[in-house]
Amino acid sequence: MAEFEPWTKARGVAIITAEATREGATLPILHALQEVFGYIHAEAVPLIAETLNLTRAEVHGVVSFYHDFRRDLPGRHVLRLCRAEACQSLGGDALASHVRERLGVDWHETTGDGAVTLEPVFCLGLCAVGPSALLDGNPMGRLDNTRIDAALDRAR
Amino acid sequence: MTTRVYIPRDAAALALGADSVAAFLRQAADVEIVRTGSRGLLWLEPMVEVATPEGRIAYGPVSLADVPGLIEAGMLTGGAHRLRLGRPEEIPWLARQTRLTFARCGITDPVSLDDYRAHGGLKGLARAIEIGADATIEIVTKSGLRGRGGAGFPTGIKWKTAADAKGERKYIVCNADEGDSGTFADRMLMEGDPFVLIEGMAIAGISVGATKGYVYTRSEYPHAIATFNAALDVARREGVLGANVLGSSHAFDIEQRVGAGAYVCGEETSLLDSLEGKRGQVRAKPPLPAHKGLFGMPTVINNVVSLSSVPIILTEGAEFYREIGMGRSRGTMPIQLAGNIKYAGLFECGFGVTLGELVSDIGGGTLSGRPVRAVQVGGPLGAYFPPALFDTPFDYEAFAARDGLIGHGGIVVFDDTVDLAKQARFAMEFCAEESCGKCTPCRIGSVRGMEVIDRIAAGDRREANLDLLRDLCHTMKFGSLCALGGFIPYPVMSALEHFPEDFMPRPAQRAAAE
Repeated sequence: MAEFEPWTKARGVAIITAEATREGATLPILHALQEVFGYIHAEAVPLIAETLNLTRAEVHGVVSFYHDFRRDLPGRHVLRLCRAEACQSLGGDALASHVRERLGVDWHETTGDGAVTLEPVFCLGLCAVGPSALLDGNPMGRLDNTRIDAALDRAR
Repeated sequence: MTTRVYIPRDAAALALGADSVAAFLRQAADVEIVRTGSRGLLWLEPMVEVATPEGRIAYGPVSLADVPGLIEAGMLTGGAHRLRLGRPEEIPWLARQTRLTFARCGITDPVSLDDYRAHGGLKGLARAIEIGADATIEIVTKSGLRGRGGAGFPTGIKWKTAADAKGERKYIVCNADEGDSGTFADRMLMEGDPFVLIEGMAIAGISVGATKGYVYTRSEYPHAIATFNAALDVARREGVLGANVLGSSHAFDIEQRVGAGAYVCGEETSLLDSLEGKRGQVRAKPPLPAHKGLFGMPTVINNVVSLSSVPIILTEGAEFYREIGMGRSRGTMPIQLAGNIKYAGLFECGFGVTLGELVSDIGGGTLSGRPVRAVQVGGPLGAYFPPALFDTPFDYEAFAARDGLIGHGGIVVFDDTVDLAKQARFAMEFCAEESCGKCTPCRIGSVRGMEVIDRIAAGDRREANLDLLRDLCHTMKFGSLCALGGFIPYPVMSALEHFPEDFMPRPAQRAAAE
């Protein structure tokens, strides 16, 4: 389970400055911010733009282009469930329906109690042991309804 | 006496509980545990190997619950047990492979440079330094190595182009954005033998005159990222990277960058834009990246497996590598058997093995035990082939001749419960989700494609809509800027051509089945 710091401008500026000297620094900055705060705070966008001499629109364009960057704090646990073909061939679609029903959320949503955010992912490279998922970064394979329920229960 | 035990730390082994097996063994017995990569026999993971006087003895698949019984059965001295597999190199599935690129994967400690050296590592780099840039490029060209990412472009020619290009600095970029479902070779190599990629990139750097390399790894691979960064630290400390590569006058360093969940960044020009800190949008070619690539500088961009195949080519010579394979596809390919398949894993062999051998013989058919109905080769942009095409040899040209592609070497097997109209719709949906938006055929065509397939499935003006779908696929194939929009017609059209019955109106389909 991930622990995130609450957003502060001072901490944000420090992170941005630390990464800014790298070539093509936008993605490293965004990853560093998300790792610390759990998401990209709206206030970070003009700060990045100013530091890298870009327009706000350019930075916003980058944040919104990539699936990984969140604009809101995720739940205490993040389940990234694979929706790609290899997992489909082993019942991934039915598993995904089960998980959505059980958690009462759709893709990209967080359960009402803030416990779990469900994110789709197109391939984790665990295609030989599907259906697969990452729960808080830990790989899980050969999933079925029982195994995923047990993992989610343990996490919550 | 302390016994040495090898347990994989490959993400697929972790996904099946390798960490808990290692933790239990460490507590319960007098063992020294070495965490290795995976040998690629993924249906046997977690596969535990014990060092004995007769060599390593493997057991698998080992679950946490099996461990007490295994210890009792004398596993630590190679004792008999129903999970005992014997010497791993004698397991037929492994013995019949030609392991060149993956020679060390699963055997060595991935972040031990001593282990890497002891198993033949760094010889290729030393040779490249000794013979110089021109001779190195000549060997790579003569070996017949082609891009293993999917495009199949001759690696040596790419290097020569970048070497001849003028620029104030040059870059080596490794594409580790392995987004195709059914593929995991890059991941396994970066987790299991990262030094071979470092060595391959250093050889490329010396060959074209680049001093900086970037590896662009997808964020979905946290374990590969961590292992590769650890290996980079070791390589710098030991002088494999830095101002004097292996004590030579060549400078070369590598930095790993992490993607952010965009499939299209596996396309080389989007990857370059992403590395530059931009939206990962495709560039029009020309200019080629070899002329104007990263930050406008001459850039070699190669896949993980291509670069990692270079050290063995330098060590053993162009002829050695060239002798393996068929037609214009030379050397070996790490083929990834995935999805609903009994013996799933990574199988490295020379080109020319047929699809049928791979799926039925080596792969053992489906995991579910039902008949194989379709296999998708080459990821989300690859064609669906029926068993009738199982005589197709694994070769760039042979697949192209049958309107398919080998891509990055992934094979996803489906049993007879698959609905190919649904898979065709998914292909369009995936393309709509992942399109970078730069060109219209891909951005709009994929959305229209979903709608047309829905209408066909509903029985709405079937013939007219089938014609429309074919026409749309033609436009996407020839009008898209890159392989995303350009190749999505492969899964769609192959599904339609080989499995037309799945595109019948649903009520009629049910009636026909009854």
